[in-house]
Amino acid sequence: MTMDNYVPLSYGQVAIAALLVILNGAISLALRLRLERSLCIASVRMVAQLLLVGFVLEGVFAWSRWYAVLGLALVMTVVAGLAAVDRTDRRYAGIYRNSLVSVWASSWLMTAFAMGGVLSDVTPWYRAQYLIPLLGMILGNTLNGISLGLNRLGEELSASREQVEMLLSLGASRWEAAQNGVREAVRTGMIPMINAMMVTGIVSLPGMMTGQLLSGIRPIEAVKYQIVIMFLIASGTALGTVGVVGLSYRQLFDAHHRFRYDRLTRSR
Amino acid sequence: MATASPLLTATGLGRRRSRSDAWLLRGVNLAIRGGDRLAITGPTGAGKTLLLRALSLLDLIDEGEVRWREKPIAPADIPFYRRQVIYLHQRPTFVEGTVEDNLRLPYSLRASRGDHFDRHKALKLLGSVGRGGDLLSRTDQDLSGGERQLVAIARALQLEPTVLLLDEPTASLDREAAQSIEDLVLGWQRQNARERAVVFVSHSPEQVGRVADRILSMQDGCITGREVR
Repeated sequence: MTMDNYVPLSYGQVAIAALLVILNGAISLALRLRLERSLCIASVRMVAQLLLVGFVLEGVFAWSRWYAVLGLALVMTVVAGLAAVDRTDRRYAGIYRNSLVSVWASSWLMTAFAMGGVLSDVTPWYRAQYLIPLLGMILGNTLNGISLGLNRLGEELSASREQVEMLLSLGASRWEAAQNGVREAVRTGMIPMINAMMVTGIVSLPGMMTGQLLSGIRPIEAVKYQIVIMFLIASGTALGTVGVVGLSYRQLFDAHHRFRYDRLTRSR
Repeated sequence: MATASPLLTATGLGRRRSRSDAWLLRGVNLAIRGGDRLAITGPTGAGKTLLLRALSLLDLIDEGEVRWREKPIAPADIPFYRRQVIYLHQRPTFVEGTVEDNLRLPYSLRASRGDHFDRHKALKLLGSVGRGGDLLSRTDQDLSGGERQLVAIARALQLEPTVLLLDEPTASLDREAAQSIEDLVLGWQRQNARERAVVFVSHSPEQVGRVADRILSMQDGCITGREVR
């Protein structure tokens, strides 16, 4: 690996790119889209958030203590767990706990597998340069799977409530009554990842690979990393989705084989 | 004629409105014996449906207990209990497919393991109310309201349950269709009149007169009258 070709950017160069936002503003004004305000806020937020995370990462990378790295990882995980629920229409008491547990277990397991198994040459085992970006990518995708799975489970069970109760009335166990909805929810959570694997490299170059290419890594080395990350993401998403849907199923179908529709509430 | 020891006993059943102190069902005591043909009547919102759902253990109960053959029902036994005490919703629900697919459905459940769909039995049931075998190959979208209800009841009866809980099975059906439903249910009950019981919610005094030998009146979640005929 080599980084000889890497060209660092000055803040002035970043500012030149930032001028492009004027183009968006002009389109909004010309077509009276009334998006100028949102565009402005979004741009400022994006820059501020990225700068903030940049400084935090600089600090954690330089400090390089296991508790600092894991602390940052924990904050990222909690934010992902909460964000997954925020996009869900139908909720129940305990949904945040289930989301947090699923996000945490799946993404940390995958990251541990990556750091301990695939990248076992990396020392120390908590090296932030590897651990944080890997975890971040796994979290971002797992969050999507969990959010889609949760949403679909709520929608599916609400829409088929009468069918679920018909099955229970004829002697179905809670699993027999819920399994169609559960399967649909897990499938919904996993499909985007499978689609992404289908087209990756053809329709678009993944963000991490693009970043590595820009920093001067040989394309084939960047591809190897990308393949590893795609498998980590796919498994993390599958585990997280199955986890959250399974935990939700147990919350919505009690041990007395009752469908606890009363526990589902609409969030908006 | 009803047998002495009850099949199903409800003691002090009560259910609150969720997140509220208001009672939807309260202090309901009821014993259902083999041979019973029990009608539950009362105005809309009296708690009739909730009582049937509570008896089939589909809803959370806030107080009281339901017993089967004088014994408490363990959570693991609930599917087997529900196969014996089948609750039928006012609006029949089907899975995608033909009538036969729907009649086969219960046999895919663990509670019916060991039993198999018997086409002959299904045809006999439907034939008892003048329906031919062509019904089996039709999909639920091709069925009239009366036929839907007949198929839903036949789907339950083929399992040979002990108690049938019917929630307004003939609401919004014409006289002829309602008669078919009554014939099907009473025919099943009379096949083993000492063991089998039927409970149905009805708004029609004429129907109650034709079908029931006991009447339970409900109002505001409570039983307000009992009549033996």
